[in-house]
Amino acid sequence: METQAIPLPRSRARVFASTRGIGAALPFVGLLAFGMALPLFGGGYWGVIATRACVYWVLVSGLNLVVGFAGQIAIGWVALLTLGAYTASVLVAGNATPPVPAYLALAIAGIVGAVFGLIVGLPALRLRTFYFAITTLGFATIVTQVALAWQSITGGGVGVAGPVLPPPFSSEWGFYYFCFALAAICTWMTANIAASRFGRALTAIRDAEVAAEASGIAKPALLATVFVFSGAVAGISGSLFATLQSYITPDAFTLDLSVLFFIAILIGGRSSILGPLLGTILLTVLPEFAAPLVAWSTFLYAVLLLVIVLAIPGGIAEILDFKNRRPLESGRTIVPRPELLPRLLGSPADGGAITLEQVALSFGGVRAIDGLDLEIRPGQVHGLIGPNGSGKTTTLNVISGYYVQQRGAVRLNGTTLPALARHRRAHMRIARTFQTPRIVGSASVLENVMIGGTIDGEGTFVESLLALPRHRRDEAMLRDTAMLALAAVGLERLAPARADRLQHSELRFIEIARALMLRPAFLLLDEPAAGLSAEEIKRLGALLLAIAQAGTGVLVVEHHPDLIFDICHHVTVLNLGKKLAAGSPAEIRSHREVVNAYLGG
Amino acid sequence: MVASIVLSGVAIGCIYALIGITYNVMFSASRVFSFTAGTLGMLGGVLGSLFIARMGLPVALGVVLVLLGGGVFGIVTEFVAVRPVLRSLDQHLYVLSTLALALMVQQFTAIEWGTDARPFPRLLDLPRGGFDQQYWLPMAACAAVIVGLELLYRHTLIGRAFLAIAEDTYAARALGLPERSLRMASYALAGAIGALAGFAGGEMLLAFFGNAPMLTFYGFVPVALGGMGNNRGAVVAGLLLGLFQQAANFLVGGIFASVAVFAVFIIVLLVRPEGLASASLQRRV
Repeated sequence: METQAIPLPRSRARVFASTRGIGAALPFVGLLAFGMALPLFGGGYWGVIATRACVYWVLVSGLNLVVGFAGQIAIGWVALLTLGAYTASVLVAGNATPPVPAYLALAIAGIVGAVFGLIVGLPALRLRTFYFAITTLGFATIVTQVALAWQSITGGGVGVAGPVLPPPFSSEWGFYYFCFALAAICTWMTANIAASRFGRALTAIRDAEVAAEASGIAKPALLATVFVFSGAVAGISGSLFATLQSYITPDAFTLDLSVLFFIAILIGGRSSILGPLLGTILLTVLPEFAAPLVAWSTFLYAVLLLVIVLAIPGGIAEILDFKNRRPLESGRTIVPRPELLPRLLGSPADGGAITLEQVALSFGGVRAIDGLDLEIRPGQVHGLIGPNGSGKTTTLNVISGYYVQQRGAVRLNGTTLPALARHRRAHMRIARTFQTPRIVGSASVLENVMIGGTIDGEGTFVESLLALPRHRRDEAMLRDTAMLALAAVGLERLAPARADRLQHSELRFIEIARALMLRPAFLLLDEPAAGLSAEEIKRLGALLLAIAQAGTGVLVVEHHPDLIFDICHHVTVLNLGKKLAAGSPAEIRSHREVVNAYLGG
Repeated sequence: MVASIVLSGVAIGCIYALIGITYNVMFSASRVFSFTAGTLGMLGGVLGSLFIARMGLPVALGVVLVLLGGGVFGIVTEFVAVRPVLRSLDQHLYVLSTLALALMVQQFTAIEWGTDARPFPRLLDLPRGGFDQQYWLPMAACAAVIVGLELLYRHTLIGRAFLAIAEDTYAARALGLPERSLRMASYALAGAIGALAGFAGGEMLLAFFGNAPMLTFYGFVPVALGGMGNNRGAVVAGLLLGLFQQAANFLVGGIFASVAVFAVFIIVLLVRPEGLASASLQRRV
């Protein structure tokens, strides 16, 4: 009977994914065919331009993951091109070592690029935006200076000859096809990442970092991996660049090139592969059409950058996004289907309770929490109410690791929860939502929910790069589970819509769906009813009760007494960081002090 | 030898400190770091050389015009690259918009002024050597700016209004302070300070478009190490940076001096991202 009542989600998810896949692949197939047939249209100078576009794209494809997906403003990436170019050229020329074969030099350039990509990127783990941008800029300045000064190796200002690949890739078109093939492979690999849990995790780090942490995404490891990949392709691109130039001097690696790479991505748009690809082609080809303007090209790129930032921050990708122009149906209602929850959440292992013991935390002179005891049991809804500033959200933030208590202990089934290890909470199946929904606005609703299941994937980054079976299995599993979670909260019809087009109340339910992806043993909700209509609050209450009945321990921080008294098994009332009262809803309702202080008679 | 290292180190350190103060003045008014800080320094040198050496204007008039030019560019920065993106500070679009503006000016200079470093005129008719004007001018400029800012902030109404904006924009606006005009005035002031840095240090740095990214980077080091918005920290860190750089220049050679500066900068930032002088705690959830 119950299985009959649960139709659809699975098959609909498949259809949705596959139609989207075909439509999205078309432009790439077109570019592939055009690129393969290019030598037929003529040659000479255009061959060089096309090769250059391929060489640039090899670098930009990797940088795109750093800038377009992870949102790290890396403006000095030309430094890695320089390193790759000099590594390959110097090795082949034999200035420092016995001469090395060109292919081996290419590979070594990739390794050097990967190492330095990691070194340049690591500050991003600690530093924010402008600081990181400046460090990459500084790195770019220094690499050129070293290339200029280290004459015995790099030839200084005189330069060094670029490596020549052996036949059949020594001819002009031979080399073009070599670069084209690498560019195509890079496109394919980065598109695989973009459509994987790693790509979604990167956008989550960019747009909703706290939600990424709460979903168990380890930012340092993921960013480091991406920097290594991006550095490797930049190094390889540098080696190809040296071959294309046939002779390199430090002058060839001005900051202008870095700007070109960077702007190609911004023109293209964030979280897109096609956009930056078109941007790269455009910026490589454009100066050739406007020969008198070549001297002004960097100036024009800068103008373009300003215009894009001020006028169309979404870039080409947003202009091409026809699907999201269609209006969403109006008068939508959210109808959760709690009967799906057991299938989604499975049968939870009894993980014991979360207990707070004499927890205290002050900010400056303000005692936000002052000796609080609390117990959240599996299978029950625990309400935390109190006036503004009574320490409700602070309590939730201590449990989920954003604050460290100064006194007392937070335990899960008797073991102390590690302080500040936010993303570790997800591995312990502790999920949470936020007072202001933390959503990746440019991603679809489905993708947003899939972010919640990131830690349940088994494949590695490399497996996703190459679309190996485990990657495909992960994706299918995450998509099905996310559709199920969306159906459970009543939003499966909106799965393909861009999340920033939804109403506030819908975002709250998306956050719950994302949290459910963890199959949480404990679910912590921060004012889930804020901004909801009375009808929606009622449905939310039924949903939360059903989640608890499936075995999850639920903590609700709320202002709405109705919701709390309707669904909670146990209520704690806070005032000025201290417990004012605790007990069953009936007890609280008749508690004299609570009624006087808070419920207002 | 030691004397000349100290002399040039302090002088160059004063230039870095002034660019750092330029960053800070803009930051205080808008919570935004602007890539145009180093560009202002570059403009100070180029405009000074243009007005005084090429057009033959008197030095006093040249100074005024350079400061005015910097001020105007400051206002343009505020209007074009900062104001439109202030509403969405969390998207960090200002990094890109100010970078775009800085690049535009830098490229324009490269094309119209040339890509070679050109000489900067001697400003005062004094004999060369010893405690030369090329060293003491940046120091004097730095001292003047520090004292001037201190007087402005402590003893004038408009200066206190600047401080109020820096401390709490919303509260300042609620008090009826004209936040927009004050921000614009701050950017004009920052522009003049940045241009003065390049002008006073013109003889050391020359009139060269490539100074823009160089000063953007080295001028930010004092800000990062001294703590953002902290002018005294910027001066101390700027002087240390200048001395360290010149000493490393002498001891291990120019290139590895830059590498050393970069390495120290990164390591200090990684250990103390909030700078050596100040601490900050931000609330995210």
